[in-house]
Amino acid sequence: MKAYNIIDHEYDVVVLGAGGSGLRAAVGLSEAGLKTACISKVFPTRSHTSAAQGGISAALGNMGEDDWRWHMYDTVKGADWLGDQDSIEYLCKEAPKAVLELEKYGVPFSRTEEGKIYQRPFGGMTKNYGNGIVQRTCAAADRTGHAILHTLYGQALKQNTEFFIEYFALDLLMKDGECKGLIAWNLNDGTIHRFRAHTVIIATGGYGKVYYSATSAHTCTGDGNAMVLRAGLPLQDMEFVQFHPTGIYGHGTLISEGVRGEGGYLVNSKGERFMERYAPNAKDLASRDVVSRSMSIEINEGRGVGKDQDHVHLHLSHLDKSVIENRLPGITEAARLFANVDVTKDPIPVVPTVHYNMGGIPTNYKAEVLTMNGSEKTVPGLMAIGEAACVSVHGANRLGSNSLIDLVVFGRAAAKRAAELVKPGTPHEEIPETETQKCLDRFDKLRNAQGDNSTAELRLSMQKTMQSKCAVFRTEKNLKQGVDEIGKTYDGMDSISVKDKSLVFNTDLVETLEFDNLIRQAVATVDSAYHRKESRGAHAREDYPKRDDEKFMQHTLAWCDGKNTKISYRPVHQSTLTNEVQYFPPQERVY
Amino acid sequence: MVQLSLPKNSEIKKGKYFKDKTGSKNLRKVNIYRWDPSTDEGPRIDTYEVDMDNCPSKVLDILNKIKNEIDSTITYRRSCAHGVCGSCAMNIGGKNGLACTTPHAEIEGDIDIYPLPHLKVKKDLIGDLDGLYKQYQSIEPWLKNNSTKETTEIYQSKEDRAKLDGAYECIMCACCSTSCPSYWWNGDKYLGPAVLLQAYRWIIDSRDEERKARLKKVADELKLYRCHTILNCTNACPKGLNPAKAIAEIKKMLATANV
Repeated sequence: MKAYNIIDHEYDVVVLGAGGSGLRAAVGLSEAGLKTACISKVFPTRSHTSAAQGGISAALGNMGEDDWRWHMYDTVKGADWLGDQDSIEYLCKEAPKAVLELEKYGVPFSRTEEGKIYQRPFGGMTKNYGNGIVQRTCAAADRTGHAILHTLYGQALKQNTEFFIEYFALDLLMKDGECKGLIAWNLNDGTIHRFRAHTVIIATGGYGKVYYSATSAHTCTGDGNAMVLRAGLPLQDMEFVQFHPTGIYGHGTLISEGVRGEGGYLVNSKGERFMERYAPNAKDLASRDVVSRSMSIEINEGRGVGKDQDHVHLHLSHLDKSVIENRLPGITEAARLFANVDVTKDPIPVVPTVHYNMGGIPTNYKAEVLTMNGSEKTVPGLMAIGEAACVSVHGANRLGSNSLIDLVVFGRAAAKRAAELVKPGTPHEEIPETETQKCLDRFDKLRNAQGDNSTAELRLSMQKTMQSKCAVFRTEKNLKQGVDEIGKTYDGMDSISVKDKSLVFNTDLVETLEFDNLIRQAVATVDSAYHRKESRGAHAREDYPKRDDEKFMQHTLAWCDGKNTKISYRPVHQSTLTNEVQYFPPQERVY
Repeated sequence: MVQLSLPKNSEIKKGKYFKDKTGSKNLRKVNIYRWDPSTDEGPRIDTYEVDMDNCPSKVLDILNKIKNEIDSTITYRRSCAHGVCGSCAMNIGGKNGLACTTPHAEIEGDIDIYPLPHLKVKKDLIGDLDGLYKQYQSIEPWLKNNSTKETTEIYQSKEDRAKLDGAYECIMCACCSTSCPSYWWNGDKYLGPAVLLQAYRWIIDSRDEERKARLKKVADELKLYRCHTILNCTNACPKGLNPAKAIAEIKKMLATANV
């Protein structure tokens, strides 16, 4: 192997990823006086947080009475009782503070008549423990994620956070089960960088790109999740993949749930508002898994629209023009660009589309990464936040607008916890060279790969398998086929080819490294799904249609060494954090 | 005519020609600017024949198709694929735009794809935006308000909030700044339309308490007044924003207010 020149850095804390959660953590860390590096493969404002539309949930009560306990109940129910209630309590209680803080940072929220932050109704968000709709989702028109991301980047600049932009992270540096830093490749000049840190915070987002049709960006490849797998640590609840009800048919572009929050509704080929049948109370504002399943049933039973009857219509032309102009300008533009639809006249063709990963790196509510070794243990030096993490607050199904709040609440929590754990300027331990060597061997092997399989072909094969075998509805047979096919695609890596051998902006190699990351997560996802023999939240098994609390009120943990997996379980936390709220015992989930 | 920043002592040469292998009857020729800093070769234009029967509607779809099926070495930035992240800004058919929102059907004849004009090129279609990002940082893009109460929000009327519309939506793709001749010639000193639009966004935010200081800071012969209202910026903006108007508003505020 050619020797790579390595540039060394030492930081108190390294944040990997510069989306909403990574930036929020970086701001907090810099404020706390910790020497912080924030590493990202894209310029911060290009992160996928920018695509979040509808809003950020918090029981501010700006538009009628609200209570964080109601928010907590909704989140527990939305999660189909797979969420850890101590973490959910933390999320919902901290949410109002976190949103007010964003407002002070300068987020241009839409406003009420009195000049307060505007809040809109969203799926699954109710008042008084399921009795009626509440307006809890704080919005900046339908560009809330964009507004938050740009504002947080500004705050990071204000705090003089040190950024390493367009650096692609390769692997964590581990020593005796503790994380000591990471290695990254600088795309700008091709150099390799070794960052030593007392704490690494992974904020790399989701891995939507294991699927063929997703609202996710090209860059949503879950790089941090895969780094964790390669470090011999487990990922949690990977079978829970959220299909957003309204991705634009044929293109996958997200159409915000805010459309239904503002009064839009879904219609089948018979012109029926079919959600009235599936969710008599919440109707179009039932939780996303429920709406996506209902749409799939309508389509499967022949009531889809279009030439192939394979999608449904989202109507909003009945809404007041000013509502469309002021509160939904972004989706108006998206519908015009990607569906050729004028929303003031015609419905948008939509279909359930992969959108969010409830699963990820297991953590506690302080963002410390967990593993199982007989019992639940934290991994010293390692934290995870945002979509990459599985805290777990979203459990088996995330409610819309709970992801943006997750980013800032746990980004903040991670910074706080790191400030407690790390004394600024503490000297760094030596790390064995073998860790660096192992990482660069993989990098060099892929860089010089000269096989017959192109990365794009293998990626497509993985995406098609996941799309057909691990979709909205799942069966034993399908999932078994999925496990086998993904295994074969994994084997295809042995003869992968990379044509570009350079080191500066070698995006051929970047995509190959990303594929290496994706395929490991595909293995974990389909295998976790195969082993969960029940239906819960986004995981709907036709052969096991009922939730089985006795056997499966547990988090799945998946270790993957290449395509070989080990599946184990960890009990869901069945207690709250404080006695300000009572534990919500499992109930039947009806909307 | 587009101005490109070429590597030193180089001219663009005709590059490789990738002939169609699919047998499609519906082909388009796509000419792409190529330059790899790790070789000694100068820049070239490679030409690809692309099967349009199996290609979705946007220019980014063409690039992805080429990268996935014909030549995996072509290099460009891309992420969200629906016009919100601002990664895939480039010069397409002589006009700056986002590859992911530009329909190829709107381009007549061969499709020419170049990096954004007048940036130092890092590789192929990837331009160096570091200078622009530094200028962005220089306008201090964060709210300056001394209210410290954690438990309340800063109220803002609907009318005041409406003033931010047309400014906060900017995705920093740099299509505007790199279409501006003033920015081409004085990009090291003139802030350019993208950054001035953001300066404006903070100047007019009713919650900000440093309006005067912000205005003073940009009131500079080079930083601001190199705008000669050519309006290329407004023409180029893929989000339909009007940076030229924002710059005019700043000039107006400076002319009329006691700063």
